Amino acid sequence: MSCFLTKSSLGKKLVMSITGAFLVLFILFHMSMNLTAILSPDGYNAICRFLGANWYALAGTAVLALGVLVHFLYALMLTVDNYRARGKQRYAVTVTEPGVSWASKNMLVIGFIVLAGLLLHLFNFWAKMQLIEVLGGHASVVGGHTIAATDGAALIAYTFSKWYYVILYLLWFAALWFHLTHGVWSMFQTVGWANDTWYPRLKCIANVVATLVFLGFAAVVVVYFIKSCCPCCCGA
Amino acid sequence: MNFTLKIWRQKDAKSKGAFETYKVENISADTSFLEMLDILNNNLVHEGKEPVAFDHDCREGICGMCSLHIDGQAHGPSQGATTCQIYMRKFEDGATITIEPWRSAAFPVIKDLVVNRSAYDQILQAGGFISVRTNSVPDANAIPIPKADADESMDAAACIGCGACAATCKNGSAMLFVAARVSSLAKLPQGRVEAARRAKAMVAKMDELGFGNCTNTGACQAECPKSISIAHIARLNREFLSAKLED
Amino acid sequence: MGFKLDAKIPAGELAQKWSNHKAAIRVVSPANKRKLDIIIVGTGLGGASAAASLGELGYNVKVFCIQDSPRRAHSIAAQGGINAAKNYQNDNDSVYRLFYDTIKGGDYRAREANVYRLAEVSNLIIDQCVAQGVPFAREYGGLLANRSFGGAQVSRTFYARGQTGQQLLLGAYAALNKEIAAGSVKSYPRHEMLDLVIEDGEARGIIARNLITGEIERFGAHAVVLATGGYGNVFFLSTNAMASNGSAAFQCYRKGAGFANPCFTQIHPTCIPKHGDQQSKLTLMSESLRNDGRIWVPKKLEDVQALRAGKKQPSEIAEEDRDYYLERRYPAFGNLVPRDVASRAAKERCDAGFGVNETGLAVFLDFKTAIERLGKDIIKQRYGNLFDMYEEITDVSPYEQPMQIFPAVHYTMGGIWVDYNLMTTIPGLYAIGEANFSDHGANRLGASALMQGLADGYFVLPYTIGDYLSHKIQAPKVKTDTPAFDEAEKGVRAKIAKLLSINGKQSVDDLHKRLGNIMWEYVGMARSKESLETAISEIQKLRKEFWQDVKVVGRADDFNVELEKALRLADFLELGELMARDALVREESCGGHFRIEHQTEEGEAKRDDEHFVYAAVWEYKGPDQEPELTKEPLNFEFVHPAQRNYKD
Repeated sequence: MSCFLTKSSLGKKLVMSITGAFLVLFILFHMSMNLTAILSPDGYNAICRFLGANWYALAGTAVLALGVLVHFLYALMLTVDNYRARGKQRYAVTVTEPGVSWASKNMLVIGFIVLAGLLLHLFNFWAKMQLIEVLGGHASVVGGHTIAATDGAALIAYTFSKWYYVILYLLWFAALWFHLTHGVWSMFQTVGWANDTWYPRLKCIANVVATLVFLGFAAVVVVYFIKSCCPCCCGA
Repeated sequence: MNFTLKIWRQKDAKSKGAFETYKVENISADTSFLEMLDILNNNLVHEGKEPVAFDHDCREGICGMCSLHIDGQAHGPSQGATTCQIYMRKFEDGATITIEPWRSAAFPVIKDLVVNRSAYDQILQAGGFISVRTNSVPDANAIPIPKADADESMDAAACIGCGACAATCKNGSAMLFVAARVSSLAKLPQGRVEAARRAKAMVAKMDELGFGNCTNTGACQAECPKSISIAHIARLNREFLSAKLED
Repeated sequence: MGFKLDAKIPAGELAQKWSNHKAAIRVVSPANKRKLDIIIVGTGLGGASAAASLGELGYNVKVFCIQDSPRRAHSIAAQGGINAAKNYQNDNDSVYRLFYDTIKGGDYRAREANVYRLAEVSNLIIDQCVAQGVPFAREYGGLLANRSFGGAQVSRTFYARGQTGQQLLLGAYAALNKEIAAGSVKSYPRHEMLDLVIEDGEARGIIARNLITGEIERFGAHAVVLATGGYGNVFFLSTNAMASNGSAAFQCYRKGAGFANPCFTQIHPTCIPKHGDQQSKLTLMSESLRNDGRIWVPKKLEDVQALRAGKKQPSEIAEEDRDYYLERRYPAFGNLVPRDVASRAAKERCDAGFGVNETGLAVFLDFKTAIERLGKDIIKQRYGNLFDMYEEITDVSPYEQPMQIFPAVHYTMGGIWVDYNLMTTIPGLYAIGEANFSDHGANRLGASALMQGLADGYFVLPYTIGDYLSHKIQAPKVKTDTPAFDEAEKGVRAKIAKLLSINGKQSVDDLHKRLGNIMWEYVGMARSKESLETAISEIQKLRKEFWQDVKVVGRADDFNVELEKALRLADFLELGELMARDALVREESCGGHFRIEHQTEEGEAKRDDEHFVYAAVWEYKGPDQEPELTKEPLNFEFVHPAQRNYKD
């Protein structure tokens, strides 16, 4: 059975589907956590403390990293197969077939953008929070301010006061939106939980999830950016 | 009507191919696409040139012999139709039409627009059947089958094995073809007996022959001349995974 | 000299003949079957089912087809259905009734014993196909559904939407795949049989051309089975697939196999009319449409003029101004009369000037009444795909306006002569399905071709071939390096070289179209002594022209479609003449063969049972020689030939 997960086309896709589902669940969790930062920066920091360098958080991070890694490596593996299967000679003329989404045909490219965003995000936040703690530190100096590893809210406030981060993060979320519109219903298809009645529903669910994720994440970015622009009117 | 045709010419499997441009004139709008190619070929013969090789046979959209990637679409601009069912009224007068063979590593070109699709036969030989001997069967009405199941089985069985699915798939995946057969038999009680074995054997053969992996773009169902749904791919996935989990 | 024909019909009561015969013939033991080779040419319903069944029995089978896969054989295009005497509808159907309808439908020009056997095994076919996973239409209770077809007053036709032939062929092809996987059958796609090899008077193998490489290859076997379908493409325009041809059968005829009733051609009444001279083939609209469609032309000539000028839409013509001529002439069967009757009636109306399109060669098939009675949804369910196909081709929606239809060549009842065992006049050479002549007489009923192909392949040949092969168990593997193979191959190579060397001015298609015109004009739906004599001399002239002026480009050792077509046309040019000769000798009208000299006052076909109750079997006598006719008398022991009556 283990062999089928690495060798069979359907086995490999099953791995993509399961890791994908896991990542989607994580993203939804992360998004809810972020929303707390809008309502209550203190509440958010409480969560940050809870998810610091504790053993369970570290274990979670490791599993998460593994999920991302497997999802990424399998994507590369499948893409290499597919590239070979396509043959050397390509069509001179191609069109997008009716009913076929742009995202579905560009998942790898979108995936790379998502990954790039992830690296930026790790640099901006994770390196200054969990990583610092793991290395035994308690705070880091960011743009001249010293920010405690457990003060996620301050880190958010600082990062999204910079217009270029705002743009980069919004682009990242947009890429994620595309990735999820195809990925979410696709994982149901891959494990076989789909049929003609459910396609419209699954695609609707996928769009709703993708849009929620986009709005949820973007809200934090936008709210904090606005706060940084005019602290008075936002009451901060 | 008049047309300019850009057609892929390739001497044989080993040679390098290239596009050549031809003109056809005075084509009636009621002429079918393949009849238009017949006219071109007849002209070429009269000029002492080799006609363009292309596959075709029944010209009714059922034998699955005709192929052709026309202006970027498998079986040309109509949905739910084969190349032989395309009529020239679908094109604008004076249009330039690009005609290419199926392009997929598993379908090597034999000559011009003719490709070798024997990989599909091999997949079916791996398990696309119910193992019954001639004459050792029960009465046809011995097993009632719900109408909905029989209808769904028929939806999948409508596959003509033309290769458009793999040819159009950006991954060169034959999943829709394999799924159509697996699903058609899996929906019938007669086919359930070997369902697990069939799904595994056919998928293994498909992988072995170098077809790509499905990424659920749905391009296959859009180009399938029989409009076979990717719901059958979902069923194949289900059949295959449940079979594997029992191993 | 002629043939000494022995049909080998078993003695005894009609219903007992087949079981008696099976009990009497010899069988081959499993150990010996492994030593015996069988070649099957063609992978339609007959060829695929025979190859699968024989492989399963343990013989070594080699199966050949000209397409890229066995699944593409033209059986796949059959739309309507397959008959069987199951009596699932409780409408008093029986084996005897199916037998009787078939022999009557064939206008009493088929063998009683063969037709009875066909009806007898028809039920097994349905069982077999269901077990293979053929998704026949079902009722809500989960049991099989049926519909009616022409020439029958019971509902005995099983169907899978409008794709019955496809589904049955996929069943047989799946069975074949199972045997290919098991190694008992070896498949040779894209191979065309170009000659039959005979040694010591027995069939020993074939010469085939690999259509990809152009190589000429030799294959030996202890028996050869011809399952190559019909020769309707002699007419150029027909409902047959483009590559359907009569060449394999013709080579067998040339080598000594009798060719029976070549003139019996079926003209199918419901095809889409010809649109112009760029057309390559005609498209059939399933006969099942006649279940709900009503055929008519206007009663008044001024309406005809208005229609042709586009001044009136057919739907604007009032009910009382319509002539539902089939219902008028044949009240008992109405629109469901057999094909030959329906086709001739259409021709009669068009000849009288009532043809409804510009060419004057079309009648209406109207669903207005059915849509009113059943609703558009039910009609869509039943015929949706056919309606869509019609609209795609003609740009007219049959939901809004009636379809236009006209008869077209569809099937050839004639073919290689076979005895009750399906063996030809050459020992060891068998012919099954449309390639033989045996079961349909002068006209085939709808949904019976599929039945015959599968009956022969699954249930008849696997038994009867054993009788012959039981005498071959000591025979060694057939060697292909013998003088007989050398000579056959030499002949094939010479023919190819000759065709490539002519380098004339006319393309194969140009000449084929001209042959088609001659055939349709003079050997078509209505034939006369004069027309047939004209046809013979015209075809002879055209044949001469072909061998002097054809232009075949390309090489012999290459994928060369022009060469394939030229080889086939060379044989059509001979077959066409043979058909005309046969039609000339048959001085009567029966089934699809209509001689205008022989008709009743009402214009119905007039049979001559005193002089023509026989199968005409032709023997090849050499190039440009007149073939010789031998008659196989048909003995009607159990049914009495009567004037076919579809009126009351």
